[in-house]
Amino acid sequence: MKKPNSTLWKQALRTGLIGGAVVLLLALVGIIGSFKDRDIIRGWVSMGQILFLAPILLFAINAARRAESLSKIGTIMAGAISGFSSALLVALLPLLGQAINLRAMFANASPELYKILTFGQELLLGVIILLLVGALIGAAGAAMLLIPPRIRKALSQAVVWVILLGLLRELIMVVLSRWGVVAYLFRWLFAQNGLAPIGAVTVFVVVGAVTYWSSGRKRVAVNTLPPQKKRRRMLITIIAAGIILLILPLVLGTFFSEILDTVGLYILMGLGLNIVVGFAGLLDLGYVAFYAIGAYTVGILTSPELGLFHLTYWQAMPFAVVVAVLAGVILGLPVLKMRGDYLAIVTLGFGEIIRILALSDWLKPWLGGSQGIQQIAHPWLGGLEIKNQTQLYYLILVGIAIAIFIAWRLKDSRMGRSWMAIREDEDVAQAMGINLVATKLLAFASGAFFGGLSGTIFATKLTAAYPHSFSLFVSINVLSLIIIGGMGSIPGVVVGSLVLMGSPELLREFAEYRYLVYGALLVVMMLMKPEGLWPEARRRLELHEAEELALGTASQPAPDSARQ
Amino acid sequence: MSVLVSKKVTKRFGGLEALAKIDLEVKEQAIHSIIGPNGAGKTTFFNCVTGFYTSEEGEIFLGERNITGLSPDRVTRLGVSRTYQNIRLFKNMTAVENILVGMHPHLRSGLFGGILHDPRTMREESAAVEEANRLLQFVGLKGKGDLMAKNLPYGQQRRLEIARALASKPTLLLLDEPTAGMNPSETQEMVYFIRKLRDELGITILLIEHQMRVVMSISELISVLDFGQKIAEGTPDEIQKNSRVIEAYLGRGAASGLGEKVQ
Repeated sequence: MKKPNSTLWKQALRTGLIGGAVVLLLALVGIIGSFKDRDIIRGWVSMGQILFLAPILLFAINAARRAESLSKIGTIMAGAISGFSSALLVALLPLLGQAINLRAMFANASPELYKILTFGQELLLGVIILLLVGALIGAAGAAMLLIPPRIRKALSQAVVWVILLGLLRELIMVVLSRWGVVAYLFRWLFAQNGLAPIGAVTVFVVVGAVTYWSSGRKRVAVNTLPPQKKRRRMLITIIAAGIILLILPLVLGTFFSEILDTVGLYILMGLGLNIVVGFAGLLDLGYVAFYAIGAYTVGILTSPELGLFHLTYWQAMPFAVVVAVLAGVILGLPVLKMRGDYLAIVTLGFGEIIRILALSDWLKPWLGGSQGIQQIAHPWLGGLEIKNQTQLYYLILVGIAIAIFIAWRLKDSRMGRSWMAIREDEDVAQAMGINLVATKLLAFASGAFFGGLSGTIFATKLTAAYPHSFSLFVSINVLSLIIIGGMGSIPGVVVGSLVLMGSPELLREFAEYRYLVYGALLVVMMLMKPEGLWPEARRRLELHEAEELALGTASQPAPDSARQ
Repeated sequence: MSVLVSKKVTKRFGGLEALAKIDLEVKEQAIHSIIGPNGAGKTTFFNCVTGFYTSEEGEIFLGERNITGLSPDRVTRLGVSRTYQNIRLFKNMTAVENILVGMHPHLRSGLFGGILHDPRTMREESAAVEEANRLLQFVGLKGKGDLMAKNLPYGQQRRLEIARALASKPTLLLLDEPTAGMNPSETQEMVYFIRKLRDELGITILLIEHQMRVVMSISELISVLDFGQKIAEGTPDEIQKNSRVIEAYLGRGAASGLGEKVQ
């Protein structure tokens, strides 16, 4: 399908203008300005510059990719046009700012910002430079498409790593500080602020070379290996992953352990909600209720402050989980007849009811009202009190391992099939002899089980339970991480949780822009990869089996999709 | 002996009487057709039998047992199974999984069996998969077990839906327009296949069908519905000559002399 050239030019122009608009947005929100002194490579490249120029580059590459049907010159031209038009739009800002005072409307449209956008030059000269730089960046981006893929991959990987390391310098230094002598091997790569120039060059060369080398090697697809070898490879991967998970907090230190704990609790919740939403297709927006119930029950049963009961964590935990499961059934009963949106609204209400009950004066003697419950017990294991982040990490890890095992087994069981059938077509599922009441209640109960368990660990981690920890946002986050990871996919929950709950912690430096970046990531993610980061094998088939059939390769469907 | 007996079954939607006092009797191991113009109430009758609708009046018996008002899953467990006019497979499940869901009533393993994989569950599961593959072979879909249902060609989807219905080991199978959308040769295959179901598995078959050629060649007894009423019943020969049937299909006035064109 060849499009006429004029359409391609128009497309390049339009893509470039969108890129320019993105830069304008970033500039006016103030991100570019506030990161102008934050170096990625000390003295060479700042964060602000990257935020300013990267969108132009990315959109130009996109424009050039669409024009690839043209000649080489044409492709480069398309990139240059896109970059130029981005720059043109951006240039309007300082030009307009000269004529009228924009600050009344845009607090960030300051002379300093204009200075960044015009590379510190006089206005006219600056604008000309800006336009030239835009076109050059665009052309360079397009040229990337023309070089051999192996080199392109090496270059882009190297750039990404340099930016990443420069960005995460703070955190890396924290980790390095724990490594004693070994740290000196790496410390010279970094400057006060970002990478040192020599470090940047080193990282660039090393990553580039490694990528170039490894992408040249022939890789044997795991699927084509004989079963025995495949199993061995699986086993090795699992053992290696296990060892890494075990030593992770020791290597990374308390700050990261704290992040991992949060991520882990969300993985646990995600695995539970994944049964309800991903497997059975019951949209539950009040999942936080079970988290809260788990936490508060442990609180009531262990806190000496209330003095009602004096159980240990291990004695209280089973009770808490049972209470959460019962709550799951109680929520399930009235909503059995509801589907889709209606179900979502009712469960949303349920979540809020639980939070408001916890906050209420009426239940204050038991739940502590807005002050919550304090002095919740830590778990003891032998003579060891599990109380700091690192120890809790292991507790959570065990919880997740059990949850993954259960979810994975359930998925391929008779119960899992019933859930899936209900998700696909409730009426037909019932006509197949599936008892909707029992099956749906079991889904809610299993989901509540993990939510409750996660809540008990959360309570013991904080040694307290406050009503404000259990807001609607928790439910939304858990649901989002499932969608980001890939509905119904167990590894997807883990990946989704790492990305969604981990990245805001790592992006702390962005302070008030953190959630802007986060939101933008979500939007981009859903546009680019709607099936999730790690989609379930089934979903991959849903999207791609038809293509395979068309190619006539489906006579041997992927073994992992087959039933054992 | 009758497998299914409906006595004065009536179903109303608001003011509309979709079924009015339908009496119907399906004999054991019969191939019995229900025909009638669009909107005659044929599918509504199926929905009443399978428990998806509850009839306002009348009673439905499966053998000796009164199944009026039972939920669909209960009715299925008692041995009634059906297919749909517009194919309703679990599209995003594989062919084998579709059949395994159909076997649901005969499998015992619960939540804990599924998690713990005790020997009984494992035996049951592997037997079920084996049985599912046998059913696939029976309906002519050997080797297609791992394909997504929605990626099968239309005719095979129809067969898979029947295989799924057979998985619950029904005594009575309700087929809602099994040849809809099929070309003449596919239709002919389906006719043979339906006979095979009855002859080899001994299942009683009640079907809704629009193609007169199919109806007349396959049925032992035909019931004709029109506007929710049963207007005729008899063997294919009798029905072809029945003036009320011809009138229902071709309109008043056509009844005289046009009878033979119905087929």
